[in-house]
Amino acid sequence: MEHYNMNLTLKVWRQKNNKAQGKFETFQVKDISSEMSFLEMFDVLNEQLVADNKEPIAFDHDCREGICGMCSMHINGRAHGPWHQTTTCQLHMREYKDGDTIVVEPWRADAFPVIKDLVVDRTAFDRIIESGGYISVNTGNAQDANCLPIEKQQADLSFAAAACIGCGACVAACPNASAMLFVSAKASHLALLPQGRPEAKIRATNMIAQMDKEGFGSCTNIGACEAECPKGISLDNIARMNREYIAATFSGSNE
Amino acid sequence: MPINSKIPQGELSKKWTTYKSTCKLVNPANKRQLEVIVIGTGLAGASAAASLGELGYKVKTFCFQDSPRRAHSIAAQGGINAAKNYQNDGDSTYRLFYDTVKGGDYRAREANVYRLAEVSANIIDQCVAQGVPFAREYGGLLSNRSFGGTQVQRTFYAAGQTGQQLLIGAYQALERQVALGNVKQYSRHEMLDVVIIDGKCRGVIVRNLVTGELERHFGHAVLLCSGGYGNVFYLSTNAMGSNVTAAWKAHKKGAFFGNPCYTQIHPTCIPVSGDHQSKLTLMSESLRNDGRIWVPKKQNDTRKATDIPEEERDYYLERRYPAFGNLVPRDVASRAAKERCDAGYGVGSSKQAVFLDFASAIERYGKVEANKQQMSNPSREQIIAMGKEVVKEKYGNLFDMYAKITGENPYEVPMRIYPAVHYTMGGLWVDYELQTSVPGLYALGEANFSDHGANRLGASALMQGLADGYFVIPYTLGNNLADDIRTKAIPTDHPAFEEAEKAVRERIEKLMSIKGTESVESFHKRLGKIMWDKCGMARNAQGLKEAAEEIKALRKEFWNNVRIPGDINEFNPELDKANRVADFMELGELMCIDALHRSESCGGHFREEHQTEDGEALRHDEEFLYVAAWEYKGESNFELHKESLDYEVVHPTQRSYK
Ligand SMILES: Cc1cc2nc3c(=O)[nH]c(=O)nc-3n(C[C@H](O)[C@H](O)[C@H](O)COP(=O)(O)OP(=O)(O)OC[C@H]3O[C@@H](n4cnc5c(N)ncnc54)[C@H](O)[C@@H]3O)c2cc1C
Ligand code: SF4
Ligand code: FES
Repeated sequence: MEHYNMNLTLKVWRQKNNKAQGKFETFQVKDISSEMSFLEMFDVLNEQLVADNKEPIAFDHDCREGICGMCSMHINGRAHGPWHQTTTCQLHMREYKDGDTIVVEPWRADAFPVIKDLVVDRTAFDRIIESGGYISVNTGNAQDANCLPIEKQQADLSFAAAACIGCGACVAACPNASAMLFVSAKASHLALLPQGRPEAKIRATNMIAQMDKEGFGSCTNIGACEAECPKGISLDNIARMNREYIAATFSGSNE
Repeated sequence: MPINSKIPQGELSKKWTTYKSTCKLVNPANKRQLEVIVIGTGLAGASAAASLGELGYKVKTFCFQDSPRRAHSIAAQGGINAAKNYQNDGDSTYRLFYDTVKGGDYRAREANVYRLAEVSANIIDQCVAQGVPFAREYGGLLSNRSFGGTQVQRTFYAAGQTGQQLLIGAYQALERQVALGNVKQYSRHEMLDVVIIDGKCRGVIVRNLVTGELERHFGHAVLLCSGGYGNVFYLSTNAMGSNVTAAWKAHKKGAFFGNPCYTQIHPTCIPVSGDHQSKLTLMSESLRNDGRIWVPKKQNDTRKATDIPEEERDYYLERRYPAFGNLVPRDVASRAAKERCDAGYGVGSSKQAVFLDFASAIERYGKVEANKQQMSNPSREQIIAMGKEVVKEKYGNLFDMYAKITGENPYEVPMRIYPAVHYTMGGLWVDYELQTSVPGLYALGEANFSDHGANRLGASALMQGLADGYFVIPYTLGNNLADDIRTKAIPTDHPAFEEAEKAVRERIEKLMSIKGTESVESFHKRLGKIMWDKCGMARNAQGLKEAAEEIKALRKEFWNNVRIPGDINEFNPELDKANRVADFMELGELMCIDALHRSESCGGHFREEHQTEDGEALRHDEEFLYVAAWEYKGESNFELHKESLDYEVVHPTQRSYK
C-alpha cells in the first residue's frame, strides 16, 4: 500500500452541553497520514487544540475495533462515514485526499439528546432491552448445552441478528429516526432460537411499546438503516418482528 | 499481616463441592436488606450483578461507558474454554486444570484453577440457555476449535465475536434484573475511591462523568470487576478507556496487589504503523489454528512474501516446537517472534513483523470441499476459491478488520503480525473467596490475580470472568455477608464518606490547577515507552532500575506540567484520562519493582539473566514458588508479602512444548 500525507479542512459540530446552542466550527489539520484511522486523525486535532489551550472535541469511542458500538460520528452526511459496513473507528484516512473538507456531526435524533459536541445519550437502547430483550432464565442448573440441538442455518441467522453492536447508526440514518432495525435485530436474535420462543410475542410487544415511548419515529420502509448499519443487519429482521407483533396483537394475549 | 488464602481442606477435586455445601447462607428476607456495589459491567461484573440480583440482593452497578454492554469484554474474539469433552478427544476437568497450571508456568493457585475447570462446563450451559448463539455443526450441536497451549478442542466460539455474544448474554440478564428493580444501573460513572469503615469496605465515591458531580454510595460489600491494566503500556489491545484506577484506589486503601509484573504479550497483533498509533489490534489466537507463522530464511529479505519460495521460509515455531507447532502458548510464541526480528529476519517496512500465512489452510480446506462435493478433477482455481470460502466462514470478520486497517488483502498475501500487550495476569490479590485483603472488598475477572499464574492460556479469561461472576461469588459473598445481616445501611454523611470524597475532590482540583503545557496523552505515551522498553517482553535488572527512576521523574513532571482544558463540573474526557494516567504512573513503578524482585523468568515475565541455553524461560522454584502480594505503604513504598504456592497434585517441571 502506498502511503501519503494530506492536509484537511474539518467542520465539526460543537455544543457545550445539552442546553446550549450548537454550531459548526472549522479546523485545519496538517500532515495526516493515510495510514491513520479516522479517530486517530481526531486525536491529532485534539492534541493540537490542547496545545493551543482550547477545549478538545468530545467524541465517544472505546474499543476502536468496530465492536463496542461506542463511536458514533455522522461524516459528510453518512452515519459512520463512507465505507460499507464499517464503524467510525475502522474508517481509515486512505479514503481521503489532500485538500478534502470533511463535515462531522453527532447522531441526530430526539431520542438521542446531545451530551457534548459529538457525544449523545443512547440510554434509550438500554431501556428497550430492559423492557424485554432477554430470555427469562436465572443463573445455575441450566441443562447440558448439547441437549438442545439447533439447526445450523437457524443458529447462523440468529447470530447474524445478534451481531448488532447497538451503535444507533440506524436511527441516525433514518429520516424518521426510527429504531426498528436495532429493536428487530435484538428481538430476532432471541426469537430465532428455541430458547427464545416462549417469550417471543410478549418480547416484541414490550420492546416496540418502549421504543415508541422513548420518542423514536416510526418505520416507513425506507431502508436507510440497513444501508448504513456497520454490521450488515438485514431488513428481514424488521419483517420478522412485525409478524411476531401482529400475531401477538391478533391473539390478544402473549402465550 | 499474614496471608491467608482460605483454601478449603481436603482433596483438590472435592474442595469446591465441600465449600458449597458447608458455606453459610443468607435467607431471602435478609438478602433484601443487603446492598452490594459492583464496579464494572464486563463479563465478570455483569454476570455477578445479574446473579446477585436474582438471589435478591440490592445491587448497584457502575461503568464508565455509556452502556454496560460496551465493556472491554465485548472485544474478545476467539472463544471460551470449557471441559465439556464434546469432541471426545480426551478432555476432562483435570486436563483443563492441568493445562492451565502448566500454561501459567506453575505460578497459579491449584485450588482456584481446579474450581475454574470444574465450573467451566456450567458456563456453556448457562450461556446457551440465555440465547448465546455459539457456532454449531450441521448436526445442530456446538462446534469447537483449538487454542494455544492445549492438544484438545475445547474452545467454544461465536465467529470472531465471542466476547460480544457472551457479554450481551450477561447484559441481558442484567437488564432483566434492572427491570425487576433488583439492580440499579449507573453508566458514565467512574469509581474514584473506596470507603473503609471499621476496617471493612462499605462504599465508594464515584464521579458522574456527564455532570462532573461526585456521589457517595453505600454497600455492605463492594465488588471490583474493573478489568485489566494493560494500558499502562499506552499501546495495547485493550479498549481505550481500560484503566487501573478502581484497583489502584483499592490498593492504596489496603488491598494487596498480586504479581503486578505478570503481563501477557500476545503474539498475533497488527504491527505498529507510526507515531500516530493509538491502540493495537489483535488478530485472534484462533488464527493460529490454521495460519502458519514464518519469516524468510535470509536476513533483511525484502522480497514480497508470495515471491519467497517454500524452501526459503523458516516456519520457526514448527521447527522449534514440533509437538505444539503454531499452537504453543502465547508467551513462547511472542518471544520466538521477537527473537527472529531482533536477529534481523523481520519483515515489512519496520522489520518488526512476521508472516501469518493462510495459503496452505486455504488449499487444504479447498480439497476437503472438493471431496465433499465429489468433484472429480477440480482445478487449482476451484480449490483455492472453495478454500477461501471456508476460511471466510471461520475468520471472515478478522480478515475484514485486517484489510480495513492495513489496506492489504489477507486472502491473497500473508498477514503481518507482531506481539503486543494484551492482558494482565497480575491484579488485586484475592483469597479463595475472591475477597481482597480488605474485608468486604472483592475482585473478580481480569482485575484479580487469581487463576492464570504467570501466563494465561487463550480463551481462559472469558471463562474466568464468567466463572467468578455466575458461579463463585454468589456462594462466597453469601458466606461472608451472613455475618453482616445485622449491619444497617450506613448513611453516607458518615465521616469516612466525607473524608474520602474530600480527598477525591482535592485531587481533581489539584490536577485542574496545574495548567501546565503538556497534554495527558503525551505523558501517557512517554510512560508507555518506558514500560515497553524496560518492563516489556524482555526485562533485565539494569533496565528495571532505570525504569522505576524514570517513572518517578515523569510522575513529578506530570504533577507540575500537565494541561487539562475544560472545567470540573462538565463532561470532560481529558480530566477522566488524567485521573487514569496519574494512577498508571504509580502502578508502573510497582510493576518495575515486582519485575526486579522476581529474579527468575516465568511465563510472560522474562528476565534476560534467567534463560535456558535455547532461550526458554528459566524458573527458580526454590526461591520464587510464591505469589508476590504487595502492600501499599506510601509513595514509592511497598511491602512484599509472600503466599507460598503448595503444589499438591501437579509437580512443577520445566515446561516443554517440544
Ligand atoms: C482484543 C481482545 C481479545 C480478547 N479475546 C479473548 C478471547 O477470545 N478469549 C478470552 O478468554 N479472553 C479474551 N480476551 C481477554 C478478555 O476479553 C478480558 O480479559 C475480559 O473480558 C475481562 O473481563 P472483565 O469483566 O474482567 O473486565 P472488562 O470487560 O474489562 O470490564 C471492565 C468494566 O469495569 C468498568 N470500569 C473500569 N474502571 C472503572 C471505574 N473506575 N469506575 C467504574 N467502572 C469502571 C468498565 O466500565 C467495564 O464495565 C481478549 C482481550 C482483548 C483485549
Ligand atoms: S442495527 Fe446496525 S446500525 Fe442499528 S444499532 Fe445495531 S449495529 Fe448499529
Ligand atoms: S470505538 Fe468501539 S466500535 Fe468504534
